[in-house]
Amino acid sequence: MNYNWNWKIFFEMSADGRHTWLATLFIGLGWTMLTAICAGVIAFLLGSALGVMRTTPHKWLVRLGNAYVELFRNIPLLVQLFLWFFVLPELLPKGIGTAIKQMTPPWASFVPAVIGLGLFTAARVSEQVRAGIQTLSRGQGQAGTALGLTLPQSYRFVLLPMAYRIILPPLTSETMNLIKNTSVALTIGLVELTAAARSMQEFTFQVFEAFTAATVIYIVVNLIVVNLMRWLEKSVAVPGFVGPANVGGGGH
Amino acid sequence: MGGFDFNVIERSIGYLFKEGMTFTLALTGMAALGGIIFGTLLAMMRLSSHRWMSLPATGYVNLMRSIPLLLVIFWFYFLVPYIGAWIVGSPRPIQVGAYASSVITFTMFEAAYYSEIMRAGIQSVSRGQVWAGYALGLNYWQTMGTVVLPQAFRNMIPILLTQTIILFQDTSLVYVLSITDFLGAASKIAQRDGRLVEMYLFAALVYFVVSFALSLLVKQLQRKIAIIR
Repeated sequence: MNYNWNWKIFFEMSADGRHTWLATLFIGLGWTMLTAICAGVIAFLLGSALGVMRTTPHKWLVRLGNAYVELFRNIPLLVQLFLWFFVLPELLPKGIGTAIKQMTPPWASFVPAVIGLGLFTAARVSEQVRAGIQTLSRGQGQAGTALGLTLPQSYRFVLLPMAYRIILPPLTSETMNLIKNTSVALTIGLVELTAAARSMQEFTFQVFEAFTAATVIYIVVNLIVVNLMRWLEKSVAVPGFVGPANVGGGGH
Repeated sequence: MGGFDFNVIERSIGYLFKEGMTFTLALTGMAALGGIIFGTLLAMMRLSSHRWMSLPATGYVNLMRSIPLLLVIFWFYFLVPYIGAWIVGSPRPIQVGAYASSVITFTMFEAAYYSEIMRAGIQSVSRGQVWAGYALGLNYWQTMGTVVLPQAFRNMIPILLTQTIILFQDTSLVYVLSITDFLGAASKIAQRDGRLVEMYLFAALVYFVVSFALSLLVKQLQRKIAIIR
């Protein structure tokens, strides 16, 4: 096989004439992480709200929450991003639509990517939150009511603190999924890590160096996130409480 | 924006489904079949007591699960020609084409996820059954093939199908190789006729209807299996 390996390529100037290829990849990683963090905040807040809604005794709130989850789980992420990027500006009033389209380059793809990934991941987070609350024994909520707590109070002080602790392991894999899913935003022009590796491959023809570097970076990020979450799990653990293993089931 | 033009869907419906959806379904089917077979072998390797069997399988599964599918698609698109050349002993990379490459990619990628499901499935069959198989004089492959795997598959059918629905949605990512799958076809029409809004909304609707219908089926199946067990 005649493939010319050239690992020194990382220290050569990239196509933008300002950074080396190595720096380009790390700038890509920066966008990956920024997108994942912003989308993660949306997903966590909205997902928690939806998850709580789906465990309340109010039938309509449950239905609304279920409808949201079904809608966002059954449309491919790529199509959802296209809807936010291409379709939404056309459906909004003309002034706002044009303003969105005229945002400067990174933001024009960054904002739809964050919204799309955030709302998509919220559906998955809400599944975990709901499962976490439902694994707690019904007595816990009833004890809250017996103590004179209102429904919001018993969620805030009794149910959610335990539920979040139980679902930390599945939330870890959701965090990883979110970081990996940011790569889909390259289709709407966000130059995150995978896109940076792809542009390096296109300009230098050093295909395997570029993809190897990106792969290694993703693995390292993976290890860091897993260890951070493990540390978080330990530091918030309630002594003596062993949560039910494997909430949510599923193969991955 | 000049009003909607839903005629564009009517005009292109043949192309969308005959070209696009056919490829999407074919890719989903082939990758699911290949992925389940290869994933089951991986799961058996991971559960092996020989470290030289379990370590490579574990490494492969963890590698595939820690990088994005898009990066895997790019990897295989460029790697498969070199592997092909190595297999047939050709001095230069062979032509594989986007279609074959996408089938190989999805099979290899999904195998990692199916293998995790099958591993759980194999572990859900009690060890006593394996010993009973050995006690009857069956060898490893006979025990696996006639005692463990049939039950493992049965227990895991709902989860395997759910994973296949995810696979069906993930195939839309072949868009980056400019393949005419369902989304690729919709996007080509959208750009040719300047009808992004109508085409992407329609694509979302079709994906939703298919995935939602399948997930209802899975739920029903789950209930059926739950009663029998």
